[in-house]
Amino acid sequence: MLDKTVTGVLDQISDTHEFPETAALNIRVDGQKAERRNTKDIEIVTKTDKDGIDIHIAPGTKHGSVHIPVVLTKSGFKDKVYNDFYIGEDAEVEIVAGCGIHNCGCDTSQHDGIHTFHVGKNARVHYIEKHYGEGTGTGKRILNPQTVVYLEEGASITMDTSQIRGVDDTKRYTSADVGPGAEIIIQEKILTHGEQNAVSEMDISLNGVGSKARVISRSVAKDGSSQTFYPRMKGNCECFGHVSCDAIIMGNAHVRSIPEIACYDVNASLIHEAAIGRIAGVQILKLMTLGLTAEEAEEKILEGFLR
Amino acid sequence: MLKIDKLCFSAKTAEGEKKIIDNLSLEIADRHFAVITGPNGGGKTTLARLIMGAEKPDSGKIVWNGRDITELSVTERACLGVSYGFQQPPRFKGLTVYDLLKIASGREMNRTECCAYLTQVGLCARDYVDRDMDDSLSGGEAKRIEIATILARHSELMIFDEPEAGIDLWSFTRLTETFGTISRRKEATLVVISHQERLIALADEIILIDGGKIAAHGPTAEIYPRIMGQTVRGCTVMEAV
Repeated sequence: MLDKTVTGVLDQISDTHEFPETAALNIRVDGQKAERRNTKDIEIVTKTDKDGIDIHIAPGTKHGSVHIPVVLTKSGFKDKVYNDFYIGEDAEVEIVAGCGIHNCGCDTSQHDGIHTFHVGKNARVHYIEKHYGEGTGTGKRILNPQTVVYLEEGASITMDTSQIRGVDDTKRYTSADVGPGAEIIIQEKILTHGEQNAVSEMDISLNGVGSKARVISRSVAKDGSSQTFYPRMKGNCECFGHVSCDAIIMGNAHVRSIPEIACYDVNASLIHEAAIGRIAGVQILKLMTLGLTAEEAEEKILEGFLR
Repeated sequence: MLKIDKLCFSAKTAEGEKKIIDNLSLEIADRHFAVITGPNGGGKTTLARLIMGAEKPDSGKIVWNGRDITELSVTERACLGVSYGFQQPPRFKGLTVYDLLKIASGREMNRTECCAYLTQVGLCARDYVDRDMDDSLSGGEAKRIEIATILARHSELMIFDEPEAGIDLWSFTRLTETFGTISRRKEATLVVISHQERLIALADEIILIDGGKIAAHGPTAEIYPRIMGQTVRGCTVMEAV
């Protein structure tokens, strides 16, 4: 039975604490397995060599669904977990991960999740990851996710990752090896406030002919927070890639955006764009002419930007 | 009634302080359709922004429905039924056309209602309702959506700043029909800044602004022929032709 603190955090990171019966499930609370459920096509197995799980999605699975939320409630608890996904050929699956830290103490709570995706031929994955922190304690809430993706021929993955709020420090790292005709789309959204710090680095290698990659980063840095984006994309053959980083900066925040693209083949086509700026006064004014206060207008603009 | 009394507004320019609105007084009766026209740089947009509260006057008064709104904020004026369609509407990354129309209406509007407003401005609603209000829209598309947001407000005073700018001929015809309907049904007081003859001809009254002052103000039948006769005044090349 999950307690109220855990279900509250699950509601934030998974939009529910009552997961559909048809979905495979693994809930991890303070380093322990709290609940697990397999389905006909999806098997979750505890690792024997290190902390973590292997998730096997059978070839040809249709409308597969996996939830693997992680919750930390003990102040000072530090957790490192390895989750490996094996997605069979032609499978279609939605994977909802996410981590929430509830820290009401004075010690640092930290979760480092290392996810590796082996996506088989023509398989399709939608990966959703939300990070969130809460609690009245002075102890820090730290989340350091690492995601490693291997896409075989014709495979695709769309990664929607977001850091909602309350995470004091994060170092994200994503790498992808994109095979022939495969595609990766990464949509990353980060909100920092107070004195928080977020760093996001990526290495995307377009290694197969006809491979594609799109990285779309949207972030809002408020108060005295700071963010650094360093997405690097390599085109090693005929391929297409697009990196787009947009940030809204507010108060005394700092944002560095350093998109890097490198072509190692004459047929590689890579584009990057980056923009950092405050909310334009004319945007606030427009919404005020529609009856919102300046504060409500700002909130609406940020809500849309990070949606 | 909209009443503007001895309004003055100056702005700093490279040449020093410049009077943009110069002791301007004006009255527009309820449910009238008034077109403000005149040469570029004459102060038309500034006057509209002063009425909406986007600019603060140096002196003078703006009275709407008997209430002095000169010191009120943009939001307060909006809540009193004043609306303003921008000449160059801003773009919003992440906000959809549907979001914007719902904000404008101030309520949870269903998609059918939302689509009706888009149709009124000549847009195929199905193609636009879920689109982001971002740079992927052309100038004309953004302009028409901007006008739709004003229609969705159902405000008593609708101010449009050059609604024709960037809009193709076919959509413009649809737009003139919409303005004509609002005017005919007496749904709102319409103040439209325009240089477009077909819009000017639809109005009940014309206000000609030049150099921050009112150069002429009267019924369309009286002012329109005078404007048309003065289009080449001051241009020696044209006058010589």
